[in-house]
Amino acid sequence: MADTTETPGIAVQSSFAADLLDRFRRSAEYVVIPLLALVFSGILFSIFLLTLGKSPADFFSLVWRGGFGTSFSWQNTLVRSAPFIFTALCVAVPARLGLVIIGGEGALVLGGFAAAAIAIPMVDWAPGFLLLGVMVIAAMLAGGLWIGCVGALRHYRGVNETIASLLMFYIAVSILNFFVEGALRDPSDPNKPSTRPIGSDNMIGAIPGTDVHWGLLTGVVLCGLLYLLMNRTTFGFAAQIAGGNLRAAQAQGLPVGRLVVVSCAIAGACAGLAGFFEVAAIHGKANASLIAGYGFTGILVSFLARHNPLVIIPVAIFLGGIAASGGLIQRRMDLPDATVLVLQGLLFLVILVSETFYGRFAIFRSKGGVL
Amino acid sequence: MSKFELSRRTILKSSAAGLAALSSAGLPRLAQASELTVGIVYVGPRDDFGWNQAHAVAATALKDVPGVTVVEEENVPETIAVQKSMESMINLDGAKLIFATSFGYYKPFVLDLAAKYTDVEFRHAAPLWTEADPKNAGSYFGYLDQAHYVDGVAAGLSTTSNKLGFVAAKPIGTVLRNINSFLLGARKVNPEATVQVIFTGEWSMPVREAEAANALVDAGCDVLTCHVDGPKVVIETAESRGIKCCGHNASQSPLAPNGFITGAEYKWETIYKMFATDLAEGEPLPNFTGGGFDVDFVRSTPYGAGATEAAIAAADAARADVKAGKSIFVGPINKQDGSSLLAAGASFENYEPSLDQTDYLIEGVIGSIT
Amino acid sequence: MSGDAGLMTVLLAMFAGAIRVSTPFLFVSLGEMLTEKSGRINLGLEGTLVFGAMSGYAISYHTGLPWLGVLVAGICGSGFGALHGYLCKLPKVNDIAIGIALMLFGTGLAFFFGKAYIQPSAPRLPSISFGTWSEHPGVRQALEINPLFLLGIALAVFLWWALKNTRYGLTIRTTGDSAPAALALGINVDKVRLLSTMAGGFFAGIGGSFLSLYYPGSWTEGLSSGQGLMAVALVIFARWNPIACFWAALLFGAAGALGPALQSIGISRGYHFFNAAPYILTLLIMIASSSPRRSLKGAPGELSITK
Repeated sequence: MADTTETPGIAVQSSFAADLLDRFRRSAEYVVIPLLALVFSGILFSIFLLTLGKSPADFFSLVWRGGFGTSFSWQNTLVRSAPFIFTALCVAVPARLGLVIIGGEGALVLGGFAAAAIAIPMVDWAPGFLLLGVMVIAAMLAGGLWIGCVGALRHYRGVNETIASLLMFYIAVSILNFFVEGALRDPSDPNKPSTRPIGSDNMIGAIPGTDVHWGLLTGVVLCGLLYLLMNRTTFGFAAQIAGGNLRAAQAQGLPVGRLVVVSCAIAGACAGLAGFFEVAAIHGKANASLIAGYGFTGILVSFLARHNPLVIIPVAIFLGGIAASGGLIQRRMDLPDATVLVLQGLLFLVILVSETFYGRFAIFRSKGGVL
Repeated sequence: MSKFELSRRTILKSSAAGLAALSSAGLPRLAQASELTVGIVYVGPRDDFGWNQAHAVAATALKDVPGVTVVEEENVPETIAVQKSMESMINLDGAKLIFATSFGYYKPFVLDLAAKYTDVEFRHAAPLWTEADPKNAGSYFGYLDQAHYVDGVAAGLSTTSNKLGFVAAKPIGTVLRNINSFLLGARKVNPEATVQVIFTGEWSMPVREAEAANALVDAGCDVLTCHVDGPKVVIETAESRGIKCCGHNASQSPLAPNGFITGAEYKWETIYKMFATDLAEGEPLPNFTGGGFDVDFVRSTPYGAGATEAAIAAADAARADVKAGKSIFVGPINKQDGSSLLAAGASFENYEPSLDQTDYLIEGVIGSIT
Repeated sequence: MSGDAGLMTVLLAMFAGAIRVSTPFLFVSLGEMLTEKSGRINLGLEGTLVFGAMSGYAISYHTGLPWLGVLVAGICGSGFGALHGYLCKLPKVNDIAIGIALMLFGTGLAFFFGKAYIQPSAPRLPSISFGTWSEHPGVRQALEINPLFLLGIALAVFLWWALKNTRYGLTIRTTGDSAPAALALGINVDKVRLLSTMAGGFFAGIGGSFLSLYYPGSWTEGLSSGQGLMAVALVIFARWNPIACFWAALLFGAAGALGPALQSIGISRGYHFFNAAPYILTLLIMIASSSPRRSLKGAPGELSITK
């Protein structure tokens, strides 16, 4: 371990420099360990490929090319990562309280459905901005109420939130299908049961110069806002304190019920927004295509980001890139689509296991011994 | 461009002599076959014993065309993912012709891309293309209800309880049409026959499909058929319950060595071979290609051990009739709610466009849509 | 069809469905119960179930011995369990997250290697006829019972007895309730958890082989549709009681048969909700039977999910 000698004469400056260096050392840990984990999972996956007689070099260069190598690939990646950001936030926010919500997909589905449903009576007369505004509110309300319910059940009835959110995902799907194949079905499209389209004029366009819809930017801003909420407000601090042990926090007089329900409602609103963008930027209507597994990928993203809203952004983009390159790998290497699943599983495992190495390497440790 | 003035009905009617195909002289010619990359997108695994496999097997015809490179992608969901997959094929693989083989790919994804990439040809496996759509897009489709009608004829003569069972995925147009045609076939030879339908709500959910098949047998059905992505489970359940069955999508004959009667199969290879020939000759592909027995786009699975002589004779006759253009939908036919679909003496021609929009079940079918 | 006959049809279908569909839920939930009793949660059993289904089918196809397939599925399952058990003993590694990772990894591997086995037909498990006394074909069919179902019942009873009355049971329970207490008693906590997770994976693998080798009886990628995840949910629902796991699995199976059965007697309006009946019912019962004030009865104290 490198030693920084201090000369007494420039004590003030040097303590500042040392402090900076200390900070750098400690945060370097959060960059170096995940990178090493990435490299290690890459090695493991290369071994997997080699045993199948495929070239790892080809594989990784295709991942690069398909996900990040061209301007088209970048846009492909970014479009795919937009919903991951929202659904990851649906996991990350309650995670501060120690809650594990795995049913964000349900809030996405219902959010998208609510947005499309409320648009039906408005499409004929409402101007675009009003229509979209109402749709956003409907989507966030629907998603927020849905996961908010999970939080309320958890707090007021003691129902396990992980299981409840999973069960409610299946129920959300049946609600969507019931209406989309029934009362709200667009009669002009008998072959893909959907709600009436919101009209191509009302659709959300792309960020200028790209193919990527505004959902991505919204997601990035939202990550920033929620980071501030969780780290710079009393609400966030209370949540963090309660997160260790909800029962103990309640005994200490923290408003645990409100924390739980509000956190869950915020989480659900995020997932609902993902549904809104699916409807307003991609499909133009609600149908079974809303059930695309984004909510489940979001779980992955949030855990990989250690439930930190700011880290969610690069992780979502990373997984979006892997998803974007999956097709190219199928086409060029004659590998089945499940290859990407194997890679994701392996990556996820290794990164999670790498958690165990934090604080174990002296080089990342603070010099002063204060921390 | 005068051909575009023709309505779908006329186009399909004029197909009796040959293929129900429409080609446009105004289309930009595809690049020479020697430099053509073709992309194919599937919604499920390429070997699912059903819809996707039928396409994948048939599409090998394209690979035999000299100079044609085929790139394929499976398990592509009907989301932005399919748009990006197709774009990726265009941008990274240089594909100039794309086959999109799932229903939900068309709107908005194929349409958007066709507008964006005007030099790329798109063909989609469902009867959705209309003259209003981009001219570099198009549809190809087999009318499977004709084969389900023939199945119905055979099933109607195979039942003793007069109850036929139908395991269906979702109440969408093509599925409802197949159910209706199956009943009409059965009723043609057995006026007492009814068809009991159970919707599973998903294209592929094996456990529920098995439960649905068992429930139908318990309710007294003694012939089963289905319209789900992979019919394997329904057919095997029917066989294990000792009743007869008709297949769907691909041949399930080996799965039911005792009870298999016949089955309704797409014959995509006719279409893909036709496309392959066009490509090899540098001809433009037609915008709309569709048909049934008359153009060899659908077929019946060879009879299994469950087919009686009477059933075989009647089914053969029914198939010959349909092939010759004789109508399946002949009045009087009422919808389930009692309203009249066709009055006595009236009939639909087999490619009647309104049948593509089927949103009802007819009288004699038990089970409702919502 | 008269009302009575219709009702009988539905009840019979639910009874038959309970027997047919419940076995994988039973095995996975018993496995998960055992793991959780030792103080860890393994959400990855969905992946284990799917991999078990694939490997069991593959072995049965290659050797012609479906029972060997069941065994291999179990062994593969305990392999995944060992991975989970080993990784989770490392400090700061979260068992829930590792479970989610294993779900993805197991499913991915199963799909990857399973491509070759979608087409071929493998020999399947036999069933035993218990209904020969009945004239009614529906009853006879309902009583075509797979030995694995009976094995599952026996396992439930055995686990119930063993957890209560044996030294091993006590060791597992102590480990799950309080790791410090277990350490004080000289118990190797990590080893107990590793073995419990391996056993849990073994059972989950067997549950998967039931899906591919008996009912519905073929290998496809859509085979499980979340059954492994639901079985994990059933454990909490069953309050970590093996006998209650059995009843919960039966109930879940019966509820799953409700949708198709109602449609078969002509009641199909709102079939989406009937098809969702198992989930709705489970949620309602959980709401009714939970309490905000006390920890769940029977919950292992070390379990992260119940804190």
